[in-house]
Parts: sequence; C-alpha cells; structure tokens
Amino acid sequence: MNIFGVISEKIALDQSDKIGKVLVYIYLLLFFCFLILPLIALMSKSMQNSDGEFIGLANFAIYLKEPALFSSFFNSLFVAVISTVIVVILGFLYAFALQCTCIPLKGFFRLIALVPLLSPSILAAIALVYWFGNQGILKSMLMGNSIYGPIGIIMASVYWTFPHALMILSTSLSLSDARLYEASEVLKASKLKTFLTVTVPGAKYGIISTTFVVFTQVFTDFGVPKVIGGNYNVLATDIYREVVGMQNFQMGAVISIVLLIPALLAFAMDQYSRKKQTAQLTSRAVVYSPKPDKLRDTILLIYCLIITVYVVMMIGMAQFGALVKFWPYNLSLTLEHYNFEVAGLGWNSFFNSIRMSLYTAFFGTIIIFIGSYIIEKMRSDKKMRDVLQLIALMPMAIPGIVLGLSYIFFFNMADNPLNFMYATMSILVVNTVVHFYTVSHLSSITAIKKLDPEFESVSLSLKVPVYKMFVRVTLPVCLPTVFDIFIYLFCNAMTTVSGVIFLYSYNTTLASVSSIHLDEQGDVAGAAAMAMLIVYISFLVRGIHSLISVSVLKRTQAWRNI
Amino acid sequence: MNKEANYLKIHQLNKSFEQFTALEDVSINIQKGEFVCFLGPSGCGKTTLLRCIAGLETQSSGTILQDNRLISRLPTSKRDFGIVFQSYALFPNLSCFENIAYGLKNQRWSKYAVSTRVEELLELIGLSSHAKKYPSQLSGGEQQRVALARALATSPSLLLLDEPLSALDAKVRVYLRQELKNLHRRLGLTTIMVTHDQEEALSIADRIFVMKDGRIMQSGSPEEIYANPDNPFVANFIGMTNFLEGIVKGPMQLDIMGKIIAFDCKSFHEGEKVKVAIRPEAIEFTQSSKKEDGFSGNVVEIEFLGSFRRIHIETSLMPNELMIVDKPILEKSKKKIKIGSELNINISSNFLNIYKKDK
Repeated sequence: MNIFGVISEKIALDQSDKIGKVLVYIYLLLFFCFLILPLIALMSKSMQNSDGEFIGLANFAIYLKEPALFSSFFNSLFVAVISTVIVVILGFLYAFALQCTCIPLKGFFRLIALVPLLSPSILAAIALVYWFGNQGILKSMLMGNSIYGPIGIIMASVYWTFPHALMILSTSLSLSDARLYEASEVLKASKLKTFLTVTVPGAKYGIISTTFVVFTQVFTDFGVPKVIGGNYNVLATDIYREVVGMQNFQMGAVISIVLLIPALLAFAMDQYSRKKQTAQLTSRAVVYSPKPDKLRDTILLIYCLIITVYVVMMIGMAQFGALVKFWPYNLSLTLEHYNFEVAGLGWNSFFNSIRMSLYTAFFGTIIIFIGSYIIEKMRSDKKMRDVLQLIALMPMAIPGIVLGLSYIFFFNMADNPLNFMYATMSILVVNTVVHFYTVSHLSSITAIKKLDPEFESVSLSLKVPVYKMFVRVTLPVCLPTVFDIFIYLFCNAMTTVSGVIFLYSYNTTLASVSSIHLDEQGDVAGAAAMAMLIVYISFLVRGIHSLISVSVLKRTQAWRNI
Repeated sequence: MNKEANYLKIHQLNKSFEQFTALEDVSINIQKGEFVCFLGPSGCGKTTLLRCIAGLETQSSGTILQDNRLISRLPTSKRDFGIVFQSYALFPNLSCFENIAYGLKNQRWSKYAVSTRVEELLELIGLSSHAKKYPSQLSGGEQQRVALARALATSPSLLLLDEPLSALDAKVRVYLRQELKNLHRRLGLTTIMVTHDQEEALSIADRIFVMKDGRIMQSGSPEEIYANPDNPFVANFIGMTNFLEGIVKGPMQLDIMGKIIAFDCKSFHEGEKVKVAIRPEAIEFTQSSKKEDGFSGNVVEIEFLGSFRRIHIETSLMPNELMIVDKPILEKSKKKIKIGSELNINISSNFLNIYKKDK
C-alpha cells in the first residue's frame, strides 16, 4: 500500500507527477547518449576492420592468436588477484583494529588510511620509483628483482586501494552485534574462536564486496602500471598502446571488451552477494563496544603504525622527490620542478584540472541527487524508473579506460550531432560524472530512503508542489550527503587518469595526465611535483569542506542534534 | 436517508494490484460532519480505500464524489482534504510553526495572516509554547497534534486520518482519541479515520465500516455493530464472541444443544443448522441444581483483567473451544468461582445472534 502502487492511466496527473515524468525521460535520454551509445560504438568498433567494414569476431581471433597480447590478460589477472588478497587481509586487520579493539589514536589512524584517496594512484608508483627504482635508496631490499613490474604494480595498488577496502570493511565490522560477543563469552569460547566464529562471519559480506571492488580497481587500473609496470604489460596499458601508440583503434576496442568482461562479472557477483545480505543490524541489536586486551591491542597498534609508516613513506617520498634538485646526486631542495618544463602542460593543466573537477562536482551532484530522488520518490512510470536504476548502477562496472575509449569512438563520429563536444572541457566533465556516477548515486539513494515516504503525499495534500518540497525539505535534510557527494566527485575528478587519458585536448590537459606524461618523458621529479599539486588541492578542498560542514551544517542541521 | 446530506459518495470502487484485490466493489456514503472509522485487520483494504479518497492510490474502477463533485480522477493536489499519517511525516528540518504554516505559505497568504492562523491552530492543539521547537523535540503525542494542525491549516472540508494513534503509548492514545473527538465536535469536520483497533473505533466513531479482504462487511453505529453483528466475522472482530451450534425449530424457536430458546428465526427455515453467537458478558451463571435448566461447565482458567474477570469454561456447549464469560469484579456471586468449579450456564436471548453456517 505504498505510494509506488500501480497507477492506472485514468487519473489526471499532478503537475509534480508531470515534471517527474518528463525528468525520467530526460535522464533516460542522457544515459542513452552518454553511456549506452558510446558502449555500442565501442562494441561495433571491435567488430570492424580499419576501413570500418563489419568483420564479425575476426579481431578477437587475431587477439587470441597473439601471445604478446593475450599474456597481458594473465598479467592483469595476476596483479589483481595478488593485490586483492593482500589488501583484503591488511584492510580487514586495520578495520578490526579501528572497530573492535581499544588502541589509542583511532581517529588519527583512520585519517592516515584515507590519505591515499586524496592522491592520484600514480603517486605511489612515483614514490616507489624513488624508493626502489634504479636509483632508489632501498633497491637492495628487492634482492635483485626490479620494482618495474608486478612487484611495483602490486605495491602501488595496495596503497591506493587500501582506503576503499577499509571503508567497506569498517562499515561491515561496525555493524557487529554485541549480543553475539556476549553469547560467545558466556559459552566460554576463546578469543581466537570468537574472532573466527563471530567477527569474521559477521563481516562476510563486507569481505566479499571488498574483494570484488579491489579486484576490479586493480584489474582495470591504468595509471599505476603505466608508470611502474616497465615491460610488464597489462590490459589497460595495452589499450593505451594500441590506441595512442599504434592507432589501432579496433584492437583497442577488442582489448577493452576483454577488460570489460571480468569487470562486469565481478560487478554481477558483488550485486548478487549484496542481495543475499539482509539487514544485519536489526533494531534490537546492541552496538559492540570492545574491552581492552593488552596483547591484542599492542600488536594491532604496532600493525597500524606500520601501515602509517607505509602511507607516509609513499606520500613523503613523492613530496621529497618533487623538491629535490637532482635525485639522487644532489639532494638540495628546490622548487624548480614545479616550474614544469614542458610547455602547454604545466600549470595550465593544473588549473584545467581544478575547473574540470569543480564542474564535475557541481553538475554531477545536482544531476545525481535529482536523479536518485526521481528514481526513489516518483509515483508513475515504475518500469522506466527501474530501467533508470539499473543503468545508474552500470558505470561502476565499466573501467574508466573503456568508458574513455568508447567516448572517443562515439563523439568523434563525424555525423554525430554531439560531435561538438569532442576535445572540449564538456566531454571531460560528462565522462567523469558518468565514470563516478554509481557510488554517489547509491549514497544519495540511501539518504533519500531514510526520508518518510509520506512527505510527498503530505505536500500534495497541502497543495504544495513536490519540487517546492524538494527545495524546502528534501534537499536541506540531505545536505550532509549532498556535500559528501560533491567532495567525492571533486577528489575523484582531480585524481582520475584512466577515464580522461584519451579525451583531453591541447587546451584541456589535466594535472593527473600531465603527471603521467612528465614521467613518460623521464621527468620523474616533475611528475611527482604535479601529483603533489593534486594532493595539495584535494587537502585544501577537503579542509574547506569540513569548515563549511561545520558552519553550514550547524545552521541547517540544527534539528538533528537536539 | 437524505440524499443531499451524503457528502462523500463512493460507488462500486475496485482496486487490484497485480495479483491482489485490495478493494472489491466498495460502495459507501458518508454524511457531512460525520466521524467515520474504517475498521479491519491489516490487509483488509482500509488504508487503500483512504488513499483512493486522497488520490494517493488510483482505483481500478468506480467513482468517488465529494460534495457532488467527481473527484476520483482528479490528482491529489486538486482534491480537498487534509491528511494525518501514522508516521505523522512531519518535516524534520522545519519547526512546529513552519510545519503548520507549510500549506499556507504556498497559498500566498500574507505573513501576518499566516502567523495568526498558525497561532490559532497551535492554541487549538494546546501547543502554543512549542512553536519554535523541531519535531524531534516533541513527544509522540505532541507530534501527532502538530501533524493534525498542519492538516487542518488550509481549512479542508474533509479530514483523513491513517492510523493516527497507532504509534503512541496506550495512555496517550486513549487521551488523544478523546481530544480528536472533542475537536471533531467543535469543528464539525467530516472525518474518516482508518484503524485496526476496535476499541478506538467504538469509542470515537459515529459510524463504523468494518472491512475484510477489500470488502465492507458491515456499517453502522458502534452500538449497532456491537449488538447486532451482521456476520460471524464482525461478531468475532468486534469484541469477543462465543460460537455455539444451533438448529432452527420454528419461527420463534431456536434449539441450542437440546434447549429451546425463544428467538426470532424468521429468516431461516425450519431444521436449518445455524451458528449462534453470544457475547461473554451475556452469559449467566445460575444457582439451580436442576440439570435440565441449563448447561454445566468447568472453570479451567480465570484471567483477572481489572474491572472484570474473564472466565474460561470447558463445556459441552462448545466441544472444540473454551467458552469465555466476562464477569464484573463488583458483581456479587453467592458461590465463589475458582478454577475447577462446576457452574450452571444459562443462555438467554440477550446479545444473541444467529448466522448461516458457512459449510
């Protein structure tokens, strides 16, 4: 008996319903243009020869016959699996230390672990070059192995995927029910047994979800293997080489699809496991608060310190490398690497990045929030809204580099009326919004679901159109979430590489891309400086965000804390 | 019934969701100024019916006329009603004042007019001092009253209440239902309340519509419905009922397990087996030791329920169930009733109803 019941055609529509109806179709159209059609373009490209004639699966046959190409698939799989195993274990222990123990400095450790979110993924790769590269100070620790290859990729991937894993795992551990711990204690189970029979199973779905998320991130990542992969080819760098290096777009499309399939599978499995996860924390559950345990707390404190050292090593070395005159021969400090040597890149790309990120965050937040509101609260067009919801989940499964490449294919078509967007700022913004759509969409849906389902009915009964209520009630109540989405989009737009590597033009170079190009040209210090600029601005914006949060939210959310 | 007085006319309303029939051929008339309750167990369609009147749900077929205006195809915002939901749905970020003023602001009232009206309403609900508070600062009962004031603010001519008291504590609930009744008396507003609580419905309504499986089972005043339930469902749903077996022996003769009672059986034919319903408070215990005078039974359980005792009796009158008899605490009885006591039971035609057997 809810508001989403089947509406038969006969009733006249409220003005609010009409607006909602129009918006549903606008969103469908937007998704069609900026997600579905580009992907179709990519698929059709993979089945064409260089003259654009349809040749079926011939390109795939070539791909399978080429061992050099096909081996990349296993390389990608290898680094992704190893990184996932490491990150899940490290992340779980860290989350356990933060949620289920009494170690001091929890706030600090949480903050430190989230630092990698503010930096582009390549930052760790650059830092690793300084530590373990040909002229690295710890090179000997690798015992003759080269950092340029799977070791480097895995070490850097662990760094940048760690906070993602930690967030999911902390949430699932924070849902543990104290009553289960009490029951275990009453039954005289040992601490280890309690850990293995209560803690780990309780976080099962968190662990499964983390596994899929980290696997997909590493499997599809472009920046890290580009910088530190050396001759170790993975799928994402193959796509880049085929497209940019060899201009073989068809093969780029083929590899994209090879990359897309495991990512889609991981996504589907994750969705499936989420569906099975029913609400763990029932209303009667008691939130678990840990009791001190000297041995456990000491071990985990040391563990957290080690992770902290690793994070500081990465970001600290990137900063140091950016300031050092000529590594490793002249260690005097200088700012000259910030004077980026390559014309056209340099500071322009930094400001482009800020502009692009602001546009992405601004328009993205509006579009995502309104979109999720429509999906959740509209009364009519249930089927269309279901379709919309399904499409909104898709971007999560599509690797950035695949989305970027499909954008080229689609927008570069001469007879596409949207062709004007090609090589402009707008295509970068649209691409980035779509690329990061799903996570923001889901948090927005969660916030909107918490609102009383009868708000709309009340408003309509009082003759106030729903859009007015949206502005007066829905938006203010959801403001914290809206701010979070904004900052999430901003930071991701600042740091993203894979989505935009094909899409920038001379006038719209971006900082993260410049960093890769500087590294490509052998200017590692410049690359580090550029990566650090991204870190500064992300820190700055985060800082402004928390200031605004404190003042604005205090004013608008006063009703919350009474 | 005066046709002009029918303020809300619902005619053959049907509503089905994909597999499920929520409303089946519902036709009711509600008069101006009446306080009406839709009463029934959960899933009986009472909320769906209310939502159809509000336009929040669309009927599959049928019509609704309000004040001689066909409203069943109008969108919610074009209909004339105020509504209070079980959750109250108060806007959490707006103060009480702003919540109540919410509908007025949109109607281009002057600021002064809005504040006068809101203050008037705050006074009506007795919460003048709470104007600046947010909903989360109020108790459940206070929130409920704010929701009511918000619904009344635009002076609608129909008030819809969807289980407005269900989320409250028992005491507050009893207090607020009297408040609702008083308010209704003062404003004379046509009011429809949905509830699953029969006591609430009996105490507050001018007229009750008992619903089951999307259909109206009976309508009438609380007294009518209690004294003369149309069917076993209503008899059992409103208050407690004992069901006995009976056979019609003549137009004025009912045979209950061999004892003939004078009772109007004209609508049944002779020899027909019927279901006999009798209220727990209508059963008498007699002192007579002569067996043929009544029936005997053994006390199995006594529940103390404050003002009365509920006595569970094993008797041949009801071979499959225990008979329930309610006795006021103050009623004098010569013989002390204890568990295990043997009692003589006397059935009279008071509070007695007979129904066709289903099977």
